[in-house]
Amino acid sequence: MAVFGGRTDLPLQGDATSRYLPWLIAPMVFLSAVALALALTLVSLAGSWDREVSGTLTVEVAVAQGTAADAEQRTRAAVDRAIEILRATPGVAQAEALPQERLASLLAPWLGNSDLLKDLPLPALIDVTLEPGTRPDLDALEKQLAAAVPGASVDDHRLWLARLIDLERTVAWTAIAIVVLIGAVTAATVIYATRTGMAVHRDVIEILHLIGATDDYIARQFAARAFALALKGGIAGLILTAPVLAAVVLESQRIEGGFLSDLAFPSYGWVACGVLPLVAALLAMITARLTVHGTLARLV
Amino acid sequence: MRDKAAETGAVVQLDSVGLRYGRGPEILQDISLSLPAGSFHFLTGASGAGKSSLLKLMYLAHRPARGRVIMFGEDIARVRRYNLPAVRRRIGVVFQEFHLLDHLSTLDNVALPLRVAGASERDVQKFVPDLLQWVGLAEQIEARPPTLSGGQKQRVAIARAVIGRPDLLLADEPTGSVDDAIAVRLMHLFEELNKLGTAIILATHNEALVARFNHPRLHLENGKLAPA
Repeated sequence: MAVFGGRTDLPLQGDATSRYLPWLIAPMVFLSAVALALALTLVSLAGSWDREVSGTLTVEVAVAQGTAADAEQRTRAAVDRAIEILRATPGVAQAEALPQERLASLLAPWLGNSDLLKDLPLPALIDVTLEPGTRPDLDALEKQLAAAVPGASVDDHRLWLARLIDLERTVAWTAIAIVVLIGAVTAATVIYATRTGMAVHRDVIEILHLIGATDDYIARQFAARAFALALKGGIAGLILTAPVLAAVVLESQRIEGGFLSDLAFPSYGWVACGVLPLVAALLAMITARLTVHGTLARLV
Repeated sequence: MRDKAAETGAVVQLDSVGLRYGRGPEILQDISLSLPAGSFHFLTGASGAGKSSLLKLMYLAHRPARGRVIMFGEDIARVRRYNLPAVRRRIGVVFQEFHLLDHLSTLDNVALPLRVAGASERDVQKFVPDLLQWVGLAEQIEARPPTLSGGQKQRVAIARAVIGRPDLLLADEPTGSVDDAIAVRLMHLFEELNKLGTAIILATHNEALVARFNHPRLHLENGKLAPA
């Protein structure tokens, strides 16, 4: 028996029953690659958020009451006082006020660049970077800040992040479930094609048996054919996927500001998607082999 | 189960064997025989007497409805499914309808028993062309069966049956589609094989052939062994 395109004892090369397999497997691999890319991007994004947020705090200082000039001066004083307290706190590596221009640019995607932003009483934000591996007593810090700076609050982003990560995990698992489902459909397709092929070539299989061929000798020929066809379809599906993923990556790179700035397809994702045709081919090969064994054990 | 057959060196032993297809009548009834290794028998009988059915039992295409079939000392009813190929590889079969694979060349058809037994391509290329030359098919080595005549197909089928030097050769009308000269040549091939230790059972209608070659005869009448 020859494998992978060579000579076979069974006339599988011109077999109409399996000829459509690449056409079915190509869209399967395409859909799997897209779902996998989505899952991996979300996992990467969540990891990025977690890394960023776990080492930072944000302290919000409410705008002081009074006339505009007075309020600005008193707010700035409150911010300075808060920074002073923060820098004296053990575990705090850095505490810097977020410039109003930066705050405005973060809000611009939602509120636009109009003069409205200048008139809004935006709270002052202090970006706090923690020393690696440390975690200050947030309750104590919040009490200390509130006592010294009325209207100050501490946000370690945990609640926001936890909900976002829950959402990300739900979507990622859904994507993985889709990949598994596609794998199951691919396997079912291969089972059907293999059984049909066995029915068509029943006479040849019987002759091979009578000559002394083992079930596995016959199964390997079906498996090799399924592998070749699935690999062909898988590569076609991957070729279809590449421009779609490239377009998504390019679009994500154009997003500026906000938490979506980390939206990027991880480099290992390209590898994972790249091996999908091989995974599909191996799945088809194993499925075909098991199908032949199972069918022969029942028939003969 | 190794029993009397193994002790006596019988390649085939049938004990009170009956065969029926589905729920039909018994095609073979109470067949008992024991054929030693290296023996040569003609199997004769009228059409429908059960010659092909008896051969099918021996090459394990069918299971008996009753009785025991013991091949090379192994009770076939007790041989596990995954061990059957090993038993079948010891049997060469010339099918009445040839059963050649139309998509394979003459060489590949003849090479099948070697390849299923795991022989190397070097051995295939070494032995198969020689044998094809011997049976007069050297020119048809790349030909597909549909392009061959009946006699040529028969010789391919014979070459395929003997290429693996089987312990038992079952031939169903192996000279039915060839002229007398080729038939005699093929009989000599069978005798050469027999001298090397292969037991042979040759089903035939050709009384002249049976008369010319002096081998014992198994005669079937209405599904039963009977004196010739």
